Amino acid sequence: MADLSIDLAGIHSPNPFWLASGPPTSTAYQAHRAFEAGWGGFVWKTIGDPIVNVSSRYSAMHIGSARIVGLNNIELISDRSIETNFREIAEVKKRWPRHAVIASLMTDTREKWHDLVKRGEDAGSDGFELNFGCPHGMCERGMGSAVGQNPDVAEKITSWVMEIATKPVIVKLTPNITNIIFAARAARRAGANAISLINTINSITNVDLDRFVPEPYVDGYSTHGGYCGPAVKPIALNMVQSCAADPESGLPISGIGGISNWRDAAEFLALGATGVQVCTAVMHRGFRIVEDMNEGLSAYLDSKGMRSVKELVGKAVHSLRKWENLNLNFKRVARIDYDLCIGCNLCHIACEDGAHQCIDLVNPDSNGIGYGPGRMPHKTVPQIREEDCVGCNLCSIVCPVDECIEMVEIPTGKQPMSWSNYQDRLANGQMAPLPAHP
Amino acid sequence: MADQSKFPPLDAARFPRMADKEQPLTGREAKTESLRCLFCFDAPCIAACPTGIDIPSFIRKISTGNVPGAAKTILTANILGASCARVCPTEVLCEGACVVGHDYEPINIGLLQRHATDYVMERGISVLEPARFSTGFKIAIVGGGPSGLGCAAELAKYGHHATVFEKDGYAGGLNTYGIAYYKMKPQVSLQEIALVESLGVTIKTGVTIGKDIPSESLLADFNAVFVGIGLGRGVRLGIPGEDGPGVQEALDFIRDIHELPLAEIPVGKNVIVIGGGNTAIDAVDQAKRLGAHTATLAYRRGEAQMTAYKFERELARTDACNILLNAAPIEILRDADGNVAGLKFVRTRIASDGKIADIPNSEWIEPCDQILLAIGQIKQQNLLHKLFPDLVLDAKGRVEVDPLTGATSLPMVFSGGDCANGGKEVVNAVGEGKKAALAIHRMLTGKNPTLPVQHSRHGVNGQPAGSGLLAPVRVSER
Repeated sequence: MADLSIDLAGIHSPNPFWLASGPPTSTAYQAHRAFEAGWGGFVWKTIGDPIVNVSSRYSAMHIGSARIVGLNNIELISDRSIETNFREIAEVKKRWPRHAVIASLMTDTREKWHDLVKRGEDAGSDGFELNFGCPHGMCERGMGSAVGQNPDVAEKITSWVMEIATKPVIVKLTPNITNIIFAARAARRAGANAISLINTINSITNVDLDRFVPEPYVDGYSTHGGYCGPAVKPIALNMVQSCAADPESGLPISGIGGISNWRDAAEFLALGATGVQVCTAVMHRGFRIVEDMNEGLSAYLDSKGMRSVKELVGKAVHSLRKWENLNLNFKRVARIDYDLCIGCNLCHIACEDGAHQCIDLVNPDSNGIGYGPGRMPHKTVPQIREEDCVGCNLCSIVCPVDECIEMVEIPTGKQPMSWSNYQDRLANGQMAPLPAHP
Repeated sequence: MADQSKFPPLDAARFPRMADKEQPLTGREAKTESLRCLFCFDAPCIAACPTGIDIPSFIRKISTGNVPGAAKTILTANILGASCARVCPTEVLCEGACVVGHDYEPINIGLLQRHATDYVMERGISVLEPARFSTGFKIAIVGGGPSGLGCAAELAKYGHHATVFEKDGYAGGLNTYGIAYYKMKPQVSLQEIALVESLGVTIKTGVTIGKDIPSESLLADFNAVFVGIGLGRGVRLGIPGEDGPGVQEALDFIRDIHELPLAEIPVGKNVIVIGGGNTAIDAVDQAKRLGAHTATLAYRRGEAQMTAYKFERELARTDACNILLNAAPIEILRDADGNVAGLKFVRTRIASDGKIADIPNSEWIEPCDQILLAIGQIKQQNLLHKLFPDLVLDAKGRVEVDPLTGATSLPMVFSGGDCANGGKEVVNAVGEGKKAALAIHRMLTGKNPTLPVQHSRHGVNGQPAGSGLLAPVRVSER
């Protein structure tokens, strides 16, 4: 049984799974349920001067029968009083001393930041998360993402907090920025202990084509919302890795963005996150999803011979290089397993229209391919022209049958050569230019 | 390892139709099917499962690639999860309750459960651990069938030591000897018995309580006793010509299918099975699959009165068995050598009050050379009276038990399974054994066992339906 406990910048947690600041973390009732279900940490819904929310608040991107591939929200920070929130944090900490309870904060003036931090520490919070990310509502008043998008402002406000805080401070970064590492560096310069990313992404999920208003619908109008859920995971992973690989950022990372199961969490950890936070998946299915997360992650670590989850952190960070340093002489081609091919021909049309026109539809009788599972007799089947295949692997992605199309490495006998090597050699006259693709 | 030569492997080349009727899912298929599950909360499938398996949870674990975790969820709730995956009438249990079945096909819970349990059994992955400490309490389990095994496994989880006394050569009861061969092979049951033993349960086979060990010594030497002796011999017709070769209890026929190489089992050319329940269907279908020229099920009442599930009746018809309704057997005819030659029936009708009446002058003879009886099993009242004279039985000869705890009229004695419920499914037996174990645990330690259900503080207008363990919800067939 692998050890799942983590230490994020001094905050101890029995496992890496925290709830992210949002609707699931509004109340002590929810905190008790969450910890009973097995979560390791709980980042409270952002505490500040109470706001008033609108109705409706959410819209979603559903794709086919897959519900909530992405969730969009226009809900603001906590609408409960500061007193109530801190009183409940104290109550939760009393009952769960060994779990992590983090107070997420958002306010405007230096005095108010100091006040919130002091009250948070009195309540027993294990740490703070500074919300510089709300992309709606609060930013219109100069808070939230208005801060996050401006590294200088973020640095200044973070330094105010660091004047007072004795508990670890996590700065939550917004993805709605040109390059997130500048925000991460600002947090570091200000002395923050860790960063968490990503917050939600500016979005509009749909337009009602009868009323000509997007969802969520508020009395004839809508507003830009924050996008989250499985759809944002790739954006979050990219940003986590960028920060983890940037030597000037260098802070421990709490990874957020579309985590639904243990595998997603493991990917964030491998790309440099020390722990993870989850919100949308819990809004969709409840706190109970953490059981499989803990169990699955532990089983995975056991299968890899890792005794602690800490051994997984960052294992893939340095597997990314600049594009110009990738080996141009690495060749792969696609191969179809005809025992699995069902004859949908999607690989053919994807390649024909969308890529390199090297998958032909051939007669299975004359090509010795035969009839795979359920394929219609005498109907043409796809065949890859390996000599023309550039190995883009679009077909392997389009194919609906797992493992039917495999990318197979073809040894070229050539030395590795990246684009940047190539440019050097051209400049030195060591080689002639490569012929362009016909 | 138990000597498995007692259960010969299937000669699938010669008897292809006795291979598993249902093909297991491939990994790919399991993943795709698991993704269809909505992961309901307070799911109806859990309420319909008599052992309260957290079905959405195990299906989700299959979908995330945590298959051993799925097996653990299943086996923790139901130690015979592998058998149940094959033999449960899911159409009237979990799958019948599945919400997706409302507009589409219900999730194939049975095959998913089989996928997870097969996965760990085939790879020898152990997902259950014996309890880390022993409480010192000892419980005697009379009968090593599904209810006894279910009780023993649950007790072992709490650190109590259970000793199972089984009169047969192998434990498992009907799970080993009585399941339709095309649904499950006995080797699965043997693996489950090994799993129960691995939890620290002692199983003694070839030991008959009342003969080898007096029941009084059980009450003296153990802290509690669980009675799971099931039902007795098959009921006979009591008609002329019944005694003699060629007339057999269906359960004996099915037992032979388990214990003998199939080629050695005598199967007539024209077989008639008497009965209208699921065992009768199992018998007539297997007779056909073994090569009978005709296999006929004869039931004295109408189809509406048959207790066999609709999907089982449809299976029999699909497999080209004949079904004779309103046919009451009155005489078995034998030839000069004493072999069965035919069965004389009289046509019946069912009156509006449900009473059955013979129609005069409506007799006819069905030619046949083998007759199997599947008209029920007797309750083992005499044995129960002998073992526990003060044990109260109900009017039908079943042990009278508290439905939630399996407690009987005797303070130390609990009961469950067919001897208490009159004859239900494997899953009911396991659930009843489990409930009794929880009650025994509470009785011996004073502690309430914790069942993991998070209740909403607002859920007062109707408690969550929760686990079918306490009171399974039965779904009617669509």
